Amino acid sequence: MSRIAATFAALKAQGRKALIPFITAGDPNPAMAVPLMHALVAGGADVIELGVPFSDPMADGPVIQRASERALAQGVTLMQVIEFVKEFRKTNNATPVVLMGYANPIEAMGVARFADVAQGAGVDGVLVVDYPPEEAQPLVKLLDARGLDTIFLLSPTTRDARLEQVGKLGRGYLYYVSLKGVTGAGNIDTVEVARRVDHIKKFTTLPVGVGFGIRDAASAKRVAAVADAVVIGSRLVQEIIDAGDDAPARLQALLAGIRAGMDSPMDAAA
Amino acid sequence: MQMYDLPDNLGHFGPYGGTFVAETLIDALDELRAAYEKYQHDDEFKKEFAYELKHYVGRPSPVYHAKRWSEHFGGAQVYLKREDLNHTGAHKINNVIGQAMLAKRMGKPRVIAETGAGQHGVATATIAARYGMECVVYMGSEDVKRQAQNVYRMKLLGATVVPVDSGSKTLKDALNEAMRDWVTNVENTYYIIGTVAGPHPYPMMVRDFQSIIGIEALEQMPEMTGRQPDAILACVGGGSNAMGIFYPYINEKNVRLIGVEAAGYGLESGKHSATLTAGKAGVLHGNRTYLLQDENGQIIETHSISAGLDYPGVGPEHAYLKDIGRAEYVSITDDEALQAFHDLCRLEGIIPALESSHALAYAAKMAPRMKPDQILLVNLSGRGDKDMHTVAEKSGLKF
Repeated sequence: MSRIAATFAALKAQGRKALIPFITAGDPNPAMAVPLMHALVAGGADVIELGVPFSDPMADGPVIQRASERALAQGVTLMQVIEFVKEFRKTNNATPVVLMGYANPIEAMGVARFADVAQGAGVDGVLVVDYPPEEAQPLVKLLDARGLDTIFLLSPTTRDARLEQVGKLGRGYLYYVSLKGVTGAGNIDTVEVARRVDHIKKFTTLPVGVGFGIRDAASAKRVAAVADAVVIGSRLVQEIIDAGDDAPARLQALLAGIRAGMDSPMDAAA
Repeated sequence: MQMYDLPDNLGHFGPYGGTFVAETLIDALDELRAAYEKYQHDDEFKKEFAYELKHYVGRPSPVYHAKRWSEHFGGAQVYLKREDLNHTGAHKINNVIGQAMLAKRMGKPRVIAETGAGQHGVATATIAARYGMECVVYMGSEDVKRQAQNVYRMKLLGATVVPVDSGSKTLKDALNEAMRDWVTNVENTYYIIGTVAGPHPYPMMVRDFQSIIGIEALEQMPEMTGRQPDAILACVGGGSNAMGIFYPYINEKNVRLIGVEAAGYGLESGKHSATLTAGKAGVLHGNRTYLLQDENGQIIETHSISAGLDYPGVGPEHAYLKDIGRAEYVSITDDEALQAFHDLCRLEGIIPALESSHALAYAAKMAPRMKPDQILLVNLSGRGDKDMHTVAEKSGLKF
């Protein structure tokens, strides 16, 4: 069983939901990348989504765009991000790590070579934002052969025929983007999310994570009530840049608050 | 070569093109593809498009024999396809009308566009005014500074111009931002892409709307010269004017198709926009194509004296035509383009756009080595009024 599947199975047995934080690797600086990953685990992360910086992050809002720019300005590369995971694995062999980014850095490295080095470093899953199912088959094949999961996005506008297609091609978990828009936008409508997640479940047995628009313990708790996992990104990336040298401690504290909210009994924070 | 019939139904031109976007955009692209499939062969749509091109744009654009310029070379005869005479001063309007007509039929009251030099933004603002649509144009904040006049033109036409401060603050970043707007406002918004790039169906659709250029030339050249030209030259940034004139000629195998990219300060300087000449394949802005990128797959900043060629990607169909050898791609430096610009002003009384001057400059290299009965057709894609500032500054003048 993959590390991602094992994590979701264990959570299910405990009746808990997964917390999946996203940070941009190498922001605010490369030296802080691995300490921040450990801080996420200490704050209650079940899976880490590690953003690979790209010069043209089309699906991201301003917060993650700026994080990408800061990381790139310090020369962070895909290979270096994979090295961060290798370093992280020296002391953490339990928490799954998913690389999330855009196609071009992977294609520049060569998709097969990428799959090899990612596997070697202890990466568990890959989410390529601009590889929809139509264009993702070669990657899925290469990752499958190495036991890595290919994670796919779903959106509020994804139609049933595609849900079926993505349900077949997806591995690990599916990431439902709860809002029309880019990362960091707006507020989440939990009733609508619940309806959509129920609908998605008709097409897949994979766990469904929900992201976009989750900013605090209260919104995380509401989403956790209706989905298998809560993904939170822009809010954390903002915290990291606001905190400066204090980032690992403050990130851990912020995430722990969200974790506590998610795990609290339903009536306590509703 | 068999009859050319690309792209495939997923928008692929061989290994290029495709639909490399986040899931959040897929439904909007499906809706667009369905609408285009429906109207592309619709008689009423075709009739309205033809009417607009004739009465609003001023088509057909003439073909002009540049006699004095040809004599100056003492070689091939050079003809110019006068897209510079179109309303708004360039070929851009052909595509914008087609897409705006589609937007109207899809019930989208708001159109958005990206622009570099401002030509596509001006064309979009123009049509939005003509059709009574809300119009928002994204433009890199560097370009907003460089192209103040075009920014003002768009505002005069009622458009909102949004400066984009992310990344390199140029065309590619404006495109990113327009995509972000689209994904957020997809119910009421149509995204008018200005070139033959982006996710399927844009490269195909923009090519189709622009192919009026080549369709006219196919008729005009035999009328004027008794035959088709030996070669057709067009500048290539994203490549829409080039695809527009190349596409109807793809099966005319005796006609060489030559795309001219911007070599900026010279290919060896690293400061250029010659994507097909010096780039390698990758994925950006929804399609796989040649890109100017570093060894880690990050897109690099480009340079050209002409803002319209200053783009790190290129339409995927050009990538394919290069690989199969049907079209050739060459490059021209800033200085060579300027020389052609001045020559055409002085010898023909035509002020060409700096973009088009790249194609002219390559014709100037070819013509002297050819025979007087040979024929070159250059797509004069736009006029140079917008470039007065740039050219004057190069000559040490300030307005």
